[in-house]
Amino acid sequence: MPRRLKWGPPLVVFAVVIAMWYAVTYLLLAPDRRFLLPPPHAIVRVAVLDRANLGELLNALLLSATVAAIGLGIAVGIGMAAAIAMSQARWIERSIYPYLVVLQTIPVLALVPLFGFWFGFGLTSRVLVCVLVALFPIVANTLFGLRSVAAVHHELFTFHRAGRWTRLVKLQLPAALPAIFTGLRISAGLSVIGAIVGDFFFKQGEPGIGILIDVYRQRLQSEQLFAAVILSSLLGVFVFWFFGFAGHRATAAWHESALEPVGRDPT
Amino acid sequence: MLEFSDVSKRFPEGTLALAGVDFAMAPGEFVCIVGPSGAGKTTLLHVAAGLQRPTEGTVRLRTDKIGYVFQDPALLPWRTVRGNVALLAELRGLPKRERLRRAADAIELVGLAGFAHHRPRTLSGGMRMRVSLARSLTLDPELFLLDEPFGALDEITRQRLGGELSRLFVARRFAAVLVTHSVTEAVFLGSRVLVMSERPGRIIGDFPVPFDHPRSPDVLFDPEFTGLAREIAACLAA
Repeated sequence: MPRRLKWGPPLVVFAVVIAMWYAVTYLLLAPDRRFLLPPPHAIVRVAVLDRANLGELLNALLLSATVAAIGLGIAVGIGMAAAIAMSQARWIERSIYPYLVVLQTIPVLALVPLFGFWFGFGLTSRVLVCVLVALFPIVANTLFGLRSVAAVHHELFTFHRAGRWTRLVKLQLPAALPAIFTGLRISAGLSVIGAIVGDFFFKQGEPGIGILIDVYRQRLQSEQLFAAVILSSLLGVFVFWFFGFAGHRATAAWHESALEPVGRDPT
Repeated sequence: MLEFSDVSKRFPEGTLALAGVDFAMAPGEFVCIVGPSGAGKTTLLHVAAGLQRPTEGTVRLRTDKIGYVFQDPALLPWRTVRGNVALLAELRGLPKRERLRRAADAIELVGLAGFAHHRPRTLSGGMRMRVSLARSLTLDPELFLLDEPFGALDEITRQRLGGELSRLFVARRFAAVLVTHSVTEAVFLGSRVLVMSERPGRIIGDFPVPFDHPRSPDVLFDPEFTGLAREIAACLAA
């Protein structure tokens, strides 16, 4: 496809959205109510061109990204270990899986205040929110991948007397790789959401981007509020793209297409 | 090399797959078993390979160097041709240099030199089956069990691979049991053809094949060949 056709349509949509934005700001809103939707150039002037404001936003974004990454890392560790254990014996799956589903169906927002109660209102609890929301897609997709090994491959390994460990490392995990990356991509996005949701509840310590969003809202600093919202969206888009790209690099040489995700709704 | 005495196999759900299978084969024999689908041919191979136990009777095996070729090439899609061919030696725990040497030899032998770094998805069905054959060859099997290895391939590829298998048989001098539902294929490849009945499977015919390996496709038009094929087809239909 020529470049013009590839980039053209989304750029046109972008231009239309910006135009509508200006129209709402200047044509619909009275000047004293323009703080509800400040014009794009004002956001750039206040939040990007002002070094102090930009520094505040970027520090908060970095902190939230770190919280999300640590939470995701823990979720990957626990989730993959649980999926591998469940793939080894049906009784382990029967013992654990129902509780994972329960954990998955409890509204996260109902559990979050408890975390503060138990683990304090700082960084630990923010990380735990990320772990909680990111865990299930990792477990479900990894388990699905480990189980989707072709019967004939299992026969081959059985015939050559491969042990559990060999079977896991040389057959099941490589076969599960596309599904694992699908889970990672979903969970990474959820973990970013978890970091921002955590910010709203746990405000002790350095502020994350969610805390800034709340502060700017209270102070009616709408240019910075919009910038914070846009930055956190960009973070979500980035991690989604990153894990899609990494998964593609890892499996494109042999895997025909991405597997259907086993996902969950965001919070 | 391999001896079945009065072997029966009943599955847990009650199906009787084999009923009193009796035959013995010598080292260096190429036995083709031909029978209708559902006759229990695959079960027979599974029992021979020790993947399933017989319900009654005994199976005696004089070697533990068995190669098993599935109908599906069963290649691991994430591995290259070389990685797939080296897999079995890897599962046996052979050192890396030895694995790669054996893989290179086997790839050469099946005519895939130059494709060592290709992934299975880029190969044709016939080439994938060659990779599967090469993989089994790396363990130097004394007995080859082949479960309709060319069943999913087109006629031309089938014939070509049949010729190559005949050539490999001469080069490596293994014993082989190949199950198929094609009489022509059985007579072309076998030094002996056994005929299996409908389920429950029994051996109802035993035909020696009087042609030397390696066989050229010309043998297909030899009157003796067609006569034998006709005789076996008649036995199968009875």
